[in-house]
Order: sequence, then structure tokens, then C-alpha cells
Amino acid sequence: MSEPEIPVDEVTAPWWEATRERRLTVQRCRACGRHQHYPRALCTGCGGTDLDFADVSGVGVVDAFTIVHRAPRPGPEVPYVVARVRLAEGPVLLTNLVGADPGSWRCDAPVRVSWRPLPDGRHLPVFAPADKD
Amino acid sequence: MTVAIVGAAESDLGVTGKSILTLQAQGITRALADAGLSLSDVDGLATAGLSRFSTAQLAEYLGLEPSWSDSTFAGGSAFEMYVARAVQAIEAGQCSTVVISYGSNQRSARSRSLGGVQEAHIPQAQFEDPYAPLFPLSYYAMAAQRYLHSYGGGREWLAEVAVAAREWALLNPKAFRHEAGPLTVEEVLAAKPVSSPLTVADCCLVTDGGGAIVLTSLERARDLPKPPVVVLGYGESTTNASMTAVDDLLRPGSFASGQTAFRMSGLNPSDVDVLEVYDSFTITVLLTLEGLGFCKPGEAGELAASGRIRPGGDLPLNTSGGGLSYNHPGMFGLLLLIEAVRQVRGECGERQVPDAEIALAHGTGGIFSTHATVLLGADR
Ligand SMILES: [Zn+2]
Repeated sequence: MSEPEIPVDEVTAPWWEATRERRLTVQRCRACGRHQHYPRALCTGCGGTDLDFADVSGVGVVDAFTIVHRAPRPGPEVPYVVARVRLAEGPVLLTNLVGADPGSWRCDAPVRVSWRPLPDGRHLPVFAPADKD
Repeated sequence: MTVAIVGAAESDLGVTGKSILTLQAQGITRALADAGLSLSDVDGLATAGLSRFSTAQLAEYLGLEPSWSDSTFAGGSAFEMYVARAVQAIEAGQCSTVVISYGSNQRSARSRSLGGVQEAHIPQAQFEDPYAPLFPLSYYAMAAQRYLHSYGGGREWLAEVAVAAREWALLNPKAFRHEAGPLTVEEVLAAKPVSSPLTVADCCLVTDGGGAIVLTSLERARDLPKPPVVVLGYGESTTNASMTAVDDLLRPGSFASGQTAFRMSGLNPSDVDVLEVYDSFTITVLLTLEGLGFCKPGEAGELAASGRIRPGGDLPLNTSGGGLSYNHPGMFGLLLLIEAVRQVRGECGERQVPDAEIALAHGTGGIFSTHATVLLGADR
């Protein structure tokens, strides 16, 4: 059941640090205002290199999902749901959907961020039905 | 355009028990024999998936020192990309005779993994791998889910692609599923789910195999034994590496690559007699048909269900049986080109599309990451 430790680098470190406080952030370009995910050393909108991290609402919708019946490695318990979630702020995240029967999910369902603790104190953002607290 | 494909051949297929280099050598010697040329004529070489220095490794193995080589690694579409670059290299005079080859023993070697291979330094290792998607399957599965949701279809739409592929395979003695009997929509729907809505029956085969094609100038091609198959146009698009970069899953890069290839050739989809389209998964075919302009977005499910892509239909697709029922040696792009050449030459026996003059081959690599379209035609 030991999941491999998730790597981090100098650009993504602030994003991962925020997850220690269960804060979801998205990188923002100070020149053009664009939000992007994953964090990069430059803005894909304008090529600018002055970027910071903004807290986001943590709400979004399911763009698409799939119920996985065979895990690619030992650890994850099948079936589980992998999804693309579109944040209200625009960027799309890959994630897991939790808190509902896998077969009950639909595209365009509203979701809200939830947090899965990692052994090193960081957290992994996953998403649950928005109407559930 | 002034370059033609003059030779085409498969290596052994299925479960071969042979090494990758043996399969490569088989495909190349057979394709050169088909072309009426010899190894000493070859001064251009393109291949992928052999090793870190794929063309250097293969050239050395063949005893060649090519003046042009390409080992662009773009997954299943690389071979369609090589056709474009080979045409450019021959037209520019950098070389005169190009071999494009591929070989894989993944089934014999049991080297295929559900998770794929991700390097620790790429962003997906931080932002995607922790969620345990199957790679590449889960991405195609999400595209399929979005497709059915957006266009109000059922899994039958996907299943029809696998059913048609099997019908073609029953006509191709070299197909892995040649003896397997027909496949029904019900059987596909009842197959084991892997990454919903896709089942094992929506996924391509895992086999050994490979092959080669030979290209040279059309002028020289006219003196060779087989009828030249002229490269009429090409186009490509590279769109993403991760599962989140593309905003709309239903608009893959085939929309761009197809448009470029058709514009270059002066042809329209209605001019195409036979289609060889990468079918890594059933959804790949539906979205590619829409991307290439054979129907409008949202219409490919009904198109497949209408039987038009089956034997006898007016849009014959994947006449070998495709990656779903013929062979899928890790990357299928070269086998698409080989079948397209044979259809234009009229060599396909029972599965021959009558009077096929224009063929389209379209490769897709990665997770709808790379797209390359090639239009081929008889010498008129
Ligand atoms: Zn910017």
C-alpha cells in the first residue's frame, strides 16, 4: 500500500506548501492576469515570467470522468474515479472524485475540493459533490 | 507532389518469439524486395521505439550510413510524420530512397504496462500520477464519457467501431482475430470494464509486429515493378502531453492535421475511397472521423452505427481489421500506411475496396497528443 512520494520542484513548491494548510491555489500571471495549472516557469498566455499563486474557491464542475477497474500499480483500491475538474477560475485539474458511489457521477456535476492527507504532511486535492459538506 | 511509396511489407505478426531487430530486418528486406530495390539503394532511414538512438542503432544493424534520418518520437503518429519529412528530404535532394520501419515484440516480451512510463521530472508525475489514471487508457475513456454525454449517445456507438473492425479482420488471413468469428455489439457491451465507459473490447490488441515502407521520387518509382502510390498531402498537429492541457476533449488535433492535409492535396473527404485511422480505442475512431471532416462533430456515433464503415459500406475504414482486430504492436502508425498502400494498389484480395484510388492514413499518438494525416493516391 506504499504510494510513491510525489516529487516537487522549485516552481511547484509554493503550490504544494499551500496544501499543508488545505489551501487550493492556482498560478496567476502578474502581467496578463491569466490563471494556469500546473505551475510553470512562464505564462502560456503571454510568455511572462512574473507569476504568483492565488487562492481559488475550490468549486468547479466535472468535465469528464472514468471509473477505473484495474489499478496501474499496487495501492489504489478499485473501483475509483479519475476525473478532469474545471475550476470556477478556469483551469482544469486531474483528480479523483470521492464521496459518492462511482456509478452515480455525471459530466457537468458541480463539485467542491476535499483533501487527502499525504504521509509527509502535504495534501492531495480531490473533489466531492458540491452539495455535500 | 513528386514522391511515392514503392514498397510495403509487414514483418511477422502476432506472437512471434522474435527479437525487435529481427522483426525490423524482416520488414525491411520484404519491403525492399516488394519495391525491387536493395539495401544499397537506401540512403534515408526513419524508425522509432527501438532504443535511445533508434535510427543510429538500426542503420548500424543494416550496415548503412544514411545521409538523412529521423527518429522523432511521437507515438503512433510518428510514422505518418516520417512520410511528410521523407517527402521533404527527397524533394530537397538530401536523400533519394527512404525506408520507414518499425518492429515490436511487446506481446512475446510481456513489456506492456497499464500505467505507462512517466518520468519523475515531468509535471504529470506531480499533478496526475498521484490519482492513478491508466495511461493512456483513462484519457481516452474520459473523452469517450464526455462524447456520450455531450451528444446523447450510448456505449453502442463505441461498440460499433469494434464490431466493424472484426468484420474486416474476418476477411484478412493475417489478422490476429481472423479465426475469432464475428463480434456483436452485445458482446462488446458485456465485456469487462477497464476504465469506463471503455471495456477490454474497446481497446486495441497487444501483439508483436512491424513492417516497413520504401519511398523514392515518383520519376524513379515509375521504373519500379509495383505501381507507385503517390503522397498527395500531409498535415500534423501536436497538442498535449498531460491529461488536462486540452480544454475541449472533443476537439483533438485531427481537426487541424486533416485540414492541412486536405488543403495541400486539393482533395475533400468525399474524394477518399478508403480510410486507415488509428484505432487505439473505439473512441479514437469516432473523434478522428469528426476531426478529419467525414462528418460533423457529434455525428460519428450514428455514422458507425449505420454500417458505413463495415465491409461493403461507402466509408470503408480499417480494412485490415485495425488495431482492434488485426494487430497492434505498441505503435500502429506504420501498419496503417502499409494497408493504405495495398488498397491503392488493389492487392487486398477478399477485403479489397473496389477501385480504391485515394487512401487516407491517420496516426494518433500518446493521449490524443500527436496527430498526423497522410493522403495517398494512385499515379494518374
Ligand atoms: Zn501572462
